[in-house]
Formats: sequence, structure tokens, C-alpha cells
Amino acid sequence: MSNNQTNNNSNLSFLERLMLLDRRWVFLVLALVVVSTYYIPMKVPVPASTEVRSIYDAVEGLKEGDKILLAIDYDPNALAELHPMTYAILEQCFRKKVGVIITSLSQNGPGMAEQAILDIVDSTALPRTYNGVSYPGREIINGVDYCFLGYRAYFELVITGMGQNFRTFYSRDYYDVLLDSIPIMKDVQNYDDIEMVIDISGSNVVDAWIKYAAARYDVKLALGLTGVMMTDYYPYLGSGRIFGLMGGLLGAAEYESLADNPGLAMDGMKVQVWAHITIILFILIANIGYFGTRKKRGL
Amino acid sequence: MKRQIPLALVILFGWLMLALYFIPLEGAQKINENLLDWTAIIGIFALALGIWSLISVNVDKIQYKKRDWPYSIVTLFGLFAMIVFGLKFGGADSMFQGQESYMFRHFFDDILIPIFSTMFSLLAFFIASAAYRAFRARSALATILLVGAIIVMIRFFPFIAEYTRPVADWIINVPNLAAKRAIWMGVGLGIVATGLKVILGIERSYLGRD
Amino acid sequence: MNPLLSFGDYLWMTFAAFLTLATFSFLYKDNPLYKFAEHLVVGVSAGYFVIILYYGSLKTQLVEKLINHEWVYLIPLVLGVLMWTRFNKKLSWVSRYPIAIYIGIATGLAIPLEMQTKVTEQLEAMMVYIQWNDLLAGGFWNYTNSFAALLVIIGTLAALIYFYFSKEHKGWFGGVATVGIWTLMLGFGASFGATVMARISLLINRVQFLDQWRINSVGSVHQEGSGSYTAIYWVVLLGMLGLLVVDLIRTKGKTETDLN
Repeated sequence: MSNNQTNNNSNLSFLERLMLLDRRWVFLVLALVVVSTYYIPMKVPVPASTEVRSIYDAVEGLKEGDKILLAIDYDPNALAELHPMTYAILEQCFRKKVGVIITSLSQNGPGMAEQAILDIVDSTALPRTYNGVSYPGREIINGVDYCFLGYRAYFELVITGMGQNFRTFYSRDYYDVLLDSIPIMKDVQNYDDIEMVIDISGSNVVDAWIKYAAARYDVKLALGLTGVMMTDYYPYLGSGRIFGLMGGLLGAAEYESLADNPGLAMDGMKVQVWAHITIILFILIANIGYFGTRKKRGL
Repeated sequence: MKRQIPLALVILFGWLMLALYFIPLEGAQKINENLLDWTAIIGIFALALGIWSLISVNVDKIQYKKRDWPYSIVTLFGLFAMIVFGLKFGGADSMFQGQESYMFRHFFDDILIPIFSTMFSLLAFFIASAAYRAFRARSALATILLVGAIIVMIRFFPFIAEYTRPVADWIINVPNLAAKRAIWMGVGLGIVATGLKVILGIERSYLGRD
Repeated sequence: MNPLLSFGDYLWMTFAAFLTLATFSFLYKDNPLYKFAEHLVVGVSAGYFVIILYYGSLKTQLVEKLINHEWVYLIPLVLGVLMWTRFNKKLSWVSRYPIAIYIGIATGLAIPLEMQTKVTEQLEAMMVYIQWNDLLAGGFWNYTNSFAALLVIIGTLAALIYFYFSKEHKGWFGGVATVGIWTLMLGFGASFGATVMARISLLINRVQFLDQWRINSVGSVHQEGSGSYTAIYWVVLLGMLGLLVVDLIRTKGKTETDLN
């Protein structure tokens, strides 16, 4: 903008000034709202939607010794929304003595997966009560209670390959142990030997799971997705290709609340409320400014 | 040599994969398995190209002292530090424990995770600023979008969730589903059409020029 | 400091908190601290990928096989190495061979399943029995009743018609296309609403992390000297926001475009 216009700014009406506001004021207000409301105690009830409940029920319905595949396919940029889902599901499985086979097909995913596994192994060591059921503390053993397969390049090929044999791509796990010597993998040949796949994903790896696992090998598949992606995958829920869907922090909070295991997602929902109010106010103010100055701008 | 053979390879392997999908015989599945494995191996070498070009761009910047060249040293430091910390050799008491080593884990947990997730959290500010600047009820269509967005945003608010949640769920499961289904169908048909063009040898742009 | 945390781990966490704030400083303006963090993460993530790729894929899928004398794996090795001829102008055409194989396989793999998941199954999902005598079972907002199913069918077909540009959107065709664009707009609205929540979540996570750092610094609330750590936390956080306010007031009257 020219200097000319800058000097004229003093003659502008309030509404016009509103329209020309430095965007850093917007940044500042949002930062203040998010930081300050984090310290205000407030409870946001999160009743579960059908699509989240069906995942919870499916996991809850598993028997001791059943095995599921948990695909942790996200990078640190989606950690905020997806880590809580991973934590809640892993803890639920470990408590129920359900075997978990973990893959991570995203470039920066294995580190995230390992972080989640180590944290939940620690927390499962302590006794706790969920939904009125008491679970004693239990030592979780790598290779017996879970197996972390890690990363392999080209996820579409890997997912297809696992449909025939996990060993096609994973002759060894993340810790360099031969798959044939891992107890939990002894009777696992391919998807036929596991109950379901839950894919927690922040990228297009999820499309590959839908096509190359769910459609090609008829695997029971549920998804945990970021808020950005969640609305796009409802058609698959409608067509029955997936049996459940958790979307964004709300989906994660719903799962935490169903599992009676409050974590970072439920903790964050109160801030979410205030931040959304702020953004809606921004939209309103901007629209008032827009319509108020429309005449002057000759529209 | 330069064009005909690659074209033949695409057609051959394309149809082969397509055929294998419909042949449930064990022998066929074994071929399928090997093809998948080999293709992934070939692909790994392509990924190495990306790493190589990152190194050469940054070395170039340092060598010719281009703008902001000192930061290229930081990039290369991060790259090589991570590779060295991630190496695995020696016995159980060696410092090099690969992906389980102390430094490798801390570089991931305390450098990669905080910076990446903070960089993406900046988007929260930009979406707020976009809401302020661009989200105007200019027309009927823009207003529908705005109303849909706001209902979805307030669906979990305390006190009003009882009323907004069913409406938001309806929007997500009915009009949203219809819209996204139409888009997926378009995308699906597009991919199938392009795919068929590729394995029929009609689409050849991947071969490049000359 | 949190007694359960080793001093080394606490220092790492403090460094992570510093990098978080350094990255946030971009909101003020592009500056050396942000550039440092940005370039560092590019390198670290590439290095991470090298290790993951080698120990995850290359070693188990290729190197070990060759060590075990499975010579047939020389074929993918040679084809893979041919990929590198891209760097040589004269030889770069050789890299088309492996690329062609990859494209052929990926395409052949995708075609039937794209058709199945995105087209036929979606059409199948719309072939539902409509209960005309009880359209609104469970109320208007119940999205599992026949009315909703009917709306999905109409909405999908209308949206498809909107994307059909070979016929001018006029008359009845235009009318249906209008229904289509309305449906699409509601869909995009839902996406936008969910996206706002997604972006805010990322910010909340960083606040949670910084607070975790504060709690770890304090150790337990009752520990002696905990007040000073909390004070430092707030001084740093409010100090950064304060600097932004000072700068905004200093440059008052200038619009953002002037500053850039």
C-alpha cells in the first residue's frame, strides 16, 4: 500500500479501521484466549457419536488373546489430534490382554508410535479402574503383548503385501528381531489372523488401507482421522467399507470419555470451545465491517 | 530403446497386476508378493535421490555463500547428526544403538516433534486471520457454507450441544456425505480412466520429452 | 524440578520448550530464531528418514537377502541403481525403465480397487429401500431414516450433475445443478468447521506441552521454590505477547502491507 493511503488512515471510520486491522492483533487475541482459558476449569461433556462408539464397542468386545493391527500413520504435525486416540486404544487393548501388532507407514511415524507404546507400557504397570472394572498393574512385554513392526517404504505395496504374508515386507520388526521368533506373530500369517485394523492416520495412507486392505482382503477397518480429513471419509462409512470413524480432537475426546480414560483430548476441549467462540466472533465482526462499509466502497 | 521399452514395461506390468487381482491361485499370489517386494526396493533408491538433492542444494548454498547460507550448515548438521546417532554397530554396550540410542530418540522427541508440531500449530493463527479477512457472507452460497461451518463448530458447546449436535451430525451424514460421495466418485472414475490410459499406452507423459 | 525426571531429560525438555517458542516467534515476523528452528528440523527429519529407510526397508528387504545369497534380488538392486542415472543428462533415459515398472505395477494394482471403493460400492450404498410411508422415522434430524437416504441420493446425483460441464447449466438441468452446488457448499462448510477445530487442536497441544514443561520444572506444587519457576513461565509467555503489543502500538496506523 502507498504512503498516501497510510497517512489517510486517521480519517477512516471505525468500521474501515476494523477492516484494515493488522492481522497480528488477531494472532494476539487468539493466543491470549487459548493460553488463558487453558487455566480456567471447565467441563465439556462429550457424548459419543455412533461412529466412535462402534469402534469402542468393537475393541471392548475382543477376547483375551485376540489380535488387532493398530496402524500409527501420522507425523508430528497431526500428533495433537491423533496421539490421544492411539493412547486410549493401546491402553484399552493392553488392559484387556488383546495382542496389538503395530505398524507405522508414515515417514516420521515410527518415533511417534514408539513414544506412545513406551508411555502406555509405563501406565499399564499401575493398577487402575475403567468404567467400574478394576485392572491390576501388569508388565507389558514386547513380543508377547505387542509387536512393533515399524516403517517400510511405499505403503500401498506394504499394505497389499501384508494381505498375503506379513513376512513379505517385515522379515524383522522395528527392533531387528526376526518375526518368526516373536511369540505374538507365531500364528499370524496375514490379515485373516487378526480381528481388525484400526488406522490412525493424518495422510493419504488411509486411502491405501481402505483400498488395499479393507476392499481387497475384506479386513474390518476403522479409522481415526484428523479434523481436516474426517468429513471426507463419511461416504466409506455409508458404504460399509469402514465400521467406525473418529475425527479430530472431538472424536479423540469421545473415545477417551467412552474408555473412561481422560487424557489430553478431553483436557483440550474446553479451550476448543473458547477458541471457536473467538473465531466465530472474528467472522461476525469482519462481516459487520464488510456490510457497514459496503456503501462507502461503492458496492 | 528410449521410449518403446519403458512403454512396453508399463503395459506388461500394468496388465499383469490387473490380472493377478483376479487370479486367486497360490502361484499367482506368490508372483504378486515378489513383485510388490521388488517394486518397493526399486522405489527406495528413488527416495535416496531426494536426500541426495537436499544435501547438494545445501552444500551448493554454503559453497557459493548464497543468501542465508549459514542456515544450510544447521540443516546439514541436523541431517548428519541424526544419521550418526541412528547408526547401529558394536555390541550391546556400544554407543551406537541405532533407533534405540539416547541421542536419536531425544533428537526425535525434543527437536523434530516440537518444531514440526509448532510449525503446524501456526496454522491456527492463520485460519483465525483467514476467518477475519476472507469469510464474508457475500452471496447465498457463501452464506450456506458459513452457516454449515458455524453449526459444525458449535456442535459440542456445553448447554447448546443438545440442539446443535443433531443438526451438525445431520449435516455431516447427509449433505456432506452426498457431496463427498459425488467427489469421490468423480475422483475414482478419473483415476480409473487415467490408469487405463496408462496401461493401454495412450497416456505417456511420465516418459518425459525426447 | 520433577524428581521422576533425570536432569538430562529435563534439559532436553527445556530445549524443546525453547524450540517451541522460537517457532512461535514467526508470528511476530520471520527472524533468525525461527529460521534456525526451521532449517534444523528439515535436516533432522531428513536424517531420521535416512535411518528409518535403511534399517527399516533397505537392510531387511535387500541387504540381508543378498548376504543370504538370494541372488535373484540383484534384479531389483540393479533396477534401483538405474534410477540414479537421472543425474546424468546423457543417461537419464535409462531411469525410465525402473520408473515404468513402478508405474505399471502401481497402476495395475489401483484400477480395480479404485473402481470398487470409490464408484461401485458408493453406488451400491445408495440402493436402499425407501420406506415411503415412514419417511421421517425418528424425526427430521435422524440421519438414518429414509428421508435422509433420499436426500443423499438426490444430493449425490445433483452434485455429480454440477460437475458435468458438457451441457450448459440451464433450465431443469441448471436447477438440479443448483441443488448440487448447495449440497457441495454444505459439505465444504462442514469441512471448514472441522478444519478450524483441527488447527486449534494443534495450538492447544503446544500450550499443553509448555504447561507440562512448567509442571516438570516445578516438580510438585508444594515443593520449595516452585513459585519462581511458574513465575519464569509466565514472564516468558506474557513477555512474548507483550512485545507483540508494544510493536503493534509502535507501528499503529500502518497496515500490514506497509510493514512487509
